Amino acid sequence: MSLLSYLINGISLGSVYAIIALGYTMVYGIAKMLNFAHGDVIMVGGYAALTMMLSLNANPLIAVLVAIVVCTVLGITIEAIAYRPLRQAASPLAVLITAIGVSYLLQNIVLLIFGSSPKSFQSVVLVPDLKLAEGALMISGETIVTIISCIVIMIALTTFINKTKAGQAMLAVSEDKGAAQLMGINVNGTIALTFAIGSGLAAIAGVLLCSSYPSLSPYTGSMPGIKAFVAAVFGGIGSIPGAMIGGILLGIIEILGKAYISAQLADAIVFAVLIVVLLVKPTGLLGKKIQEKV
Amino acid sequence: MAVMLDVKNLGISFGGLRAVNGFDLKIEKGELYGLIGPNGAGKTTVFNLLTGVYKPNEGCVMLDGQDITGKSTIEINKAGIARTFQNIRLFKDMSVLDNVKAGLHNHYKYSTLAGIFRTPSFRRTETEMNERAIELLKVFDLDGEVDYLASNLPYGKQRKLEIARALATEPKLLLLDEPAAGMNPNETQELMDTIHFVRDNFHMTILLIEHDMRLVSGICEELTVLNFGEVLAQGKTAEVLNNPQVITAYLGE
Amino acid sequence: MQRMKTNKNFKSNLITYGIVIVAFAIAQTLQSTGNLSSLMKGLLVPICVYVILAVSLNLVVGISGELSLGHAGFMCVGAFFSAFFSKCMVDVIPISGLRFFFAVLVGAAGAAVFGVLIGIPVLRLRGDYLAIVTLAFGEIIKNVINVFYIGRDSNGFHFSMKDQFSLGMEPDGVMLLSGPQGITGITRDSSFLAGVILILITLFIVLNLIDSRDGRAIKSIRDNRIAAESIGINITKYKLMAFTVSAALAGMAGALYSHNLATLQASKFNFNTSILALVFVVLGGIGNIRGSVIAAVVLTALPELLRGLADYRMLIYAIVLIVMMLFNWAPKALEWRERYLGRIFRKSAKEGK
Repeated sequence: MSLLSYLINGISLGSVYAIIALGYTMVYGIAKMLNFAHGDVIMVGGYAALTMMLSLNANPLIAVLVAIVVCTVLGITIEAIAYRPLRQAASPLAVLITAIGVSYLLQNIVLLIFGSSPKSFQSVVLVPDLKLAEGALMISGETIVTIISCIVIMIALTTFINKTKAGQAMLAVSEDKGAAQLMGINVNGTIALTFAIGSGLAAIAGVLLCSSYPSLSPYTGSMPGIKAFVAAVFGGIGSIPGAMIGGILLGIIEILGKAYISAQLADAIVFAVLIVVLLVKPTGLLGKKIQEKV
Repeated sequence: MAVMLDVKNLGISFGGLRAVNGFDLKIEKGELYGLIGPNGAGKTTVFNLLTGVYKPNEGCVMLDGQDITGKSTIEINKAGIARTFQNIRLFKDMSVLDNVKAGLHNHYKYSTLAGIFRTPSFRRTETEMNERAIELLKVFDLDGEVDYLASNLPYGKQRKLEIARALATEPKLLLLDEPAAGMNPNETQELMDTIHFVRDNFHMTILLIEHDMRLVSGICEELTVLNFGEVLAQGKTAEVLNNPQVITAYLGE
Repeated sequence: MQRMKTNKNFKSNLITYGIVIVAFAIAQTLQSTGNLSSLMKGLLVPICVYVILAVSLNLVVGISGELSLGHAGFMCVGAFFSAFFSKCMVDVIPISGLRFFFAVLVGAAGAAVFGVLIGIPVLRLRGDYLAIVTLAFGEIIKNVINVFYIGRDSNGFHFSMKDQFSLGMEPDGVMLLSGPQGITGITRDSSFLAGVILILITLFIVLNLIDSRDGRAIKSIRDNRIAAESIGINITKYKLMAFTVSAALAGMAGALYSHNLATLQASKFNFNTSILALVFVVLGGIGNIRGSVIAAVVLTALPELLRGLADYRMLIYAIVLIVMMLFNWAPKALEWRERYLGRIFRKSAKEGK
């Protein structure tokens, strides 16, 4: 029974990683950049929801909506100010270093506003816990909501990309920015939309993460952010189903590693998985191969 | 005369696309050889196959009697092929002198520790490298710009510097990928003289890709015409250029 | 002509050494005349640590052109190897200076070994992937050191990955390394003078390496990998060389760091430390060694000196990082600079760095 409950916890944590990884993978696929600050957007989402619930006594659902709006605006702003000017930069490292700067900026702004001590987060989930097998196996409401949200988001996103004009534009931009521009696609707008969607998803992930692990500090987002990137790479960067599979597998590996190997080494195990995957199959499980033109 | 490069039945596919098919080529020592063909015919792919950037699916490449098929770019350079690139690939943030000295890398050696501790062997070798590099730069009239960053050179000089760097590796065969691209007629004329000079003074065998027909007919002794990845015509320059099939391929029906 | 260039590099290097020596002389004079606050005194060795860290990172980021986000990991290895060595050797080598000399060698060698082991797989990757994998390795090193317990008693060394009690030591046993608590009671062998000497050694190695045959090979790979291959330069060898030398020097910084503390914990060498080193490199100018030295000194000393700024330190770093990147790399900013500051920049660009 304990293995089963570990697996369920793993899938739940993995679902959060998967939602964050979707943001990474979409941005990487389209803007070809590693948005290092993505994890910190999660944290901002958490603080936005918490502030709504504590200070304004808002209904949890409204708090979540506000968090989504805040993060979406934040994502678009970051892209416009920090990343867009560097899109044509000579060195691809320039934008990555800037993203690291943005990550630190977000952490430290939040640190100055809310202080460094962790805040306890009030769960937004209203679904009751589920007891199976006469109480031997308990699935928390948070777990149920997290897994369902993940599935819904995945389906919605796939439909959006395949069925709508904006989604098709995203595919076109990810293939070839120049050609897309010539076809009359608003490349800057499409990239901004991608950041908006990714950041909105980050807000949802942030609220779900804090509901399951109810402690929020300015650094809450950085580790899950990095791990979600690992998940995106694991599944094959740029691939939406890949981010999903990668996220869930990583969540399971982390929880099982914590339970059966060593709690302290769980992070090391996750990173070791990343290294092995990149060395054996550098494009990840579902990624495409890119050859450099000479 | 002895054969420098002997290519037999070279072929490669990318996905389902047959980029080069059944490519044969024989170049004699000291020859100036041209590879021409319409855009997308597979000329640069042939260069990439010869220099090990791509591994051929079939066929073999012999350089001066040595089998170099499927070897790495580095091994092939050591075996004696150096090249330039269609889209110039200089070491942009290094000086003109250092670009050439990087080319001398495998011919002038001292240990890492000698370099850090500035031993006499470091000083001696560096002086020799400088002299050799300046000598090469003089051939291309670049010796006045040794301290410039490579990226600050005008376009025509960047192309020349790339040739100088390739020559620094002391190749037996020099591959030039569109050396006259973007040059005006005066610069092209000057480049033709330089290519002649290099062939005569360095006893070099040269294979070049070019679209400028004036340059091709002016300096190439023999030609191969590539079309859709296959050899369309091969032989003496004048004969090939008068071949009706070649004219059709270039000008259309 | 060629002589002129060699002389120019030589002169530029001399200025860099000169800056370090003059800064050392000023700090020493201030200290002996009692004009240095105790806060500043405490910062002298850490400043040396960060200078070495920044210079060594610049070898990878600026000269080799690969973004490494796990530099603190190598510092961690150097710190632990050297501190462990010193703790074991307290009775064997009683002279502090000599013991520290060997400790630094052990730290650098340990970090170099890790540099090779990590470099071989990592350097097969490129760009963002390489960056994230170095980050991963940095975290792994930290996590792994956190679970080690080593003790010594009359029967010799005991080792465990669980806890102190599973070592099964005799009552006379001494803990050398205790998991997350790290190493305690390290001999404080490092000093400001030792730090400055290590800085000079680091500069000597890095500056001379850059300006040699190997350095040219490393830079050529940075500027154009495909062209470097086409002239027969062994990509793996030279990338690994830069990575390993950089790791060894970071290990040296770690040794200096650990011998300045009573207690050494692996958690200190987190991602933030790696980023701090990166901030110094970016601010001093990527590829500009002298810049790294100055940036590390100024950015370490400044927030501490201006007390009121201490809380805003990381915030300021973050803003500086973003603004510097935009100003130095955004095509629009470059255009603007070309237009308004054109003459100055063109001149310096022609002369090379």
